[in-house]
Amino acid sequence: MTAILEVERVRKTFGGVVANDDITLAVPAGKIVGLIGPNGSGKTTLFHSIVGYHLIDAGSVRFDGREISGLRVPRIARRGLLRTFQQTRIYGKMTCLENMLISAPQRERSWLSILRRPPAADEAKAEDLLEFVGLYAKRRLRAGDLSFGQQKLLEFGMALMNEPRMLLLDEPTAGINPTLIKALMHRLRRVNEELAITLFVIEHNMSVIMNLAEYIYCLAHGELLAEGRPEEIRADQRVIDAYLGAH
Amino acid sequence: MRPRTASRWLLGGLLTLALAAPWLVPAYRTQISFLWVMIIFALTWDTLGGQMGYNSFGNVVFFGVGMYACAVVQRDAGLEYFPALFLGMAVAAALAVALAAVLGSGLLGLRGQYFAIATLGLGFAAGEFASGWDFIGAGSGMVTPLYPGEVGGRESFFYYLLLALTVTTFLVLRRLYSGRFGLAINAIRDDEDKAEAMGLHTTRYKTTAWCVSATFLGLTGAAVGNLIGFIDPRDVAFAGPTFGVWMVLMAILGGKGTLWGPVLGAAVFHVTQELFWTYLLGWQRVALGLLILAIVLFFPVGILGWARERWPERFGHTVDERPEPAEGGS
Amino acid sequence: MSNLQLLFDAPILCVQLLVDGILIGAIFALAAYGMALVWGVMNVVTICQGEFVMLGGYTAYFLYKAGVHPLFGVPIAAALLFAFGWALYRAVIFRVVDGDLFISILATFGLSILLQQLANQLFGADVRTAESGFRTLFFFDGMVTVSVVKIVAFVAALVVGVALLVFLKRSRMGQAIRATAQNARAARIMGVDTTRVYAATFGLNAALCGAAGALVAMTWLIHPYLGLPYTVRSFMIVILAGLGNVAVVLAAGMGLGAAENFAGFLLGAEYQAAFVFALLVAILLWRRFWLGRTRRYLK
Repeated sequence: MTAILEVERVRKTFGGVVANDDITLAVPAGKIVGLIGPNGSGKTTLFHSIVGYHLIDAGSVRFDGREISGLRVPRIARRGLLRTFQQTRIYGKMTCLENMLISAPQRERSWLSILRRPPAADEAKAEDLLEFVGLYAKRRLRAGDLSFGQQKLLEFGMALMNEPRMLLLDEPTAGINPTLIKALMHRLRRVNEELAITLFVIEHNMSVIMNLAEYIYCLAHGELLAEGRPEEIRADQRVIDAYLGAH
Repeated sequence: MRPRTASRWLLGGLLTLALAAPWLVPAYRTQISFLWVMIIFALTWDTLGGQMGYNSFGNVVFFGVGMYACAVVQRDAGLEYFPALFLGMAVAAALAVALAAVLGSGLLGLRGQYFAIATLGLGFAAGEFASGWDFIGAGSGMVTPLYPGEVGGRESFFYYLLLALTVTTFLVLRRLYSGRFGLAINAIRDDEDKAEAMGLHTTRYKTTAWCVSATFLGLTGAAVGNLIGFIDPRDVAFAGPTFGVWMVLMAILGGKGTLWGPVLGAAVFHVTQELFWTYLLGWQRVALGLLILAIVLFFPVGILGWARERWPERFGHTVDERPEPAEGGS
Repeated sequence: MSNLQLLFDAPILCVQLLVDGILIGAIFALAAYGMALVWGVMNVVTICQGEFVMLGGYTAYFLYKAGVHPLFGVPIAAALLFAFGWALYRAVIFRVVDGDLFISILATFGLSILLQQLANQLFGADVRTAESGFRTLFFFDGMVTVSVVKIVAFVAALVVGVALLVFLKRSRMGQAIRATAQNARAARIMGVDTTRVYAATFGLNAALCGAAGALVAMTWLIHPYLGLPYTVRSFMIVILAGLGNVAVVLAAGMGLGAAENFAGFLLGAEYQAAFVFALLVAILLWRRFWLGRTRRYLK
């Protein structure tokens, strides 16, 4: 079992504030791994560091064995490492279908290909995925007119459309109607199993992440506090203290 | 009638009318020629401003560069009128594209108001620079060569040239918007960070969009220089406070980010403006300032934008097939 | 570039250019601070900044024609423009506050065109000046000349700046303005009448520009179309100096004044305006690439 993502001794500071310090973790290919920690513990910063949103001060990030810490966001995305946003981001004035079509992978597109129409295969795939996330009927609506939860589903669909090898999900269940969470978890598992997409998930909802992830990392104050299988994490006194202590 | 068929009929009807206009109303040939110019202005501005969300006050630079480039070729190439004109237009387009590519790689990295202000500076800098450069006649401008044909032939020739340019611009943009390119620049408009996070070649798309705009603006500039016959650096070629702002207004008036909006806006604006010139002697520019304010303050969504908010289903934004309550339909 | 040779042969010319530049720079800084104020408090970019300067200039000019010394024209121009700015806020600007920034740019651009065309219609396109009757001082055997009026204008600009600072620090309205700049919603909840604050801020901006314009009329020339370069200069200074610090704004203004003077001398006066506009583009690009290194961008 090889690691698809290896983060090694990553450090990131903003001015004098240390957001991430000496973080080392690995995500094995084909698994679902969780990232938890109290608010402000540096989870989203770590995601930003991984996908190239900002430069890291020290350390290395390897995806699929290759160093990516110097690359910019679009390059990393084209290698198949994709993230979704905590504050859901979709293209508000475009229809859902258009949102999906433009999310098709950009890997080996020449300059001239940008003039072409999207191939029919893309369209079929977009519709299938919209069906999968439950938005098929709304495919011709403007994405900005959808409810927050629907936008979140759309963003998930767009990420799948991109055929990533690994997805970083920033709080996929936040703001989603509790009755829909089960369905979402089911979809995440299917994506992981059927499409073989590795998932690395930030999540605040403990019952979700404990059920979903096979392995969990816990951050506190910008440092790696604990790691282990869900049951180990649940029993870890340091983790409990971090959550209770911070709030 | 399906929208696509309707659009085809509309286009055909307008085109027939446009082709016949020089016979129907010969006295208005030049005014209508300028209507074509305005439509090109609005369409090419909208590529960036409406479709991509990059509001430029500096697109007039490509127009001016094309105008001067063509005039210089006509002056210095030592060719007959038509070969020189067509060579000049080719050079104009090439130069405008090259400039857009170079400027784009830097300026298109600026976002929001910074891009708008930078392009504002760019437009005026070009005008001031042209007024100081002796090679292109500095402040006294340039005169384009005399048209060789019979009297009145010049107007007809440039009328059809500009009409052809307008139709080409429209068709090319329509083709581009309907493909991947259109989706990509729309995505950049709606959320550029997201587009980058999805792996889109944003810089490539942005620069290409500006190059497409620049091509048609350069060609138009070349033709307009010859239609007017005289190139003034500040008032014709790099006319920021007039053409530069009008482009923006026409697109907004008709409806930013739509294909027909800029065409509609240009037509309405051009007619209004011509009326001002006719009936408000001396005060027309004041009235124009008021008009700008009125459009921006009271009608920022534009004609088609308003229609789309009013009847979203006519624009295809419908809930499909399964009869669910359309909670999302605006 | 023969002028470059001249600078090497007679370095004393540098002193002349520098002094002139710094003196006018303080006036640029006034208009720039007004722009920063409106931008910071209301999130509106005013393209009609230069037109306020122009109107202030005409106020001083007409007062001068009526027998008022231009120096007294400065406070009067400021007061009139304050009222004008307030009225303009009530009529137009309130519609674009808190909206799309581009709409505010476009609206104030429209205002700018409207005001300059009105000025052109009403006052004529001629170049005017308000004679102040001050002497000219000579230094270094007449190699460096400084007209007293420029020094007076410089000092007056500083006085206006200090007065503004005291106003912002001490007065209730000043405090309300600063509170609104930090967080408009919080200020509203705490009982600040933000509409009044916005109107006052916009009025203050116009007043600052008006004072600057009166100084320009006294020191140099005015005409209906002088506005845009002042707007562009303000913008440049704000980009370089940020929205808050007066001292930095002043320094940036003086630096810009000096740079412009040198450029005008070296490239020829016909390229001075081109230089101003091109410098704006250059500064923005520089900021972009500087921030781009760390993957940030101007926002």
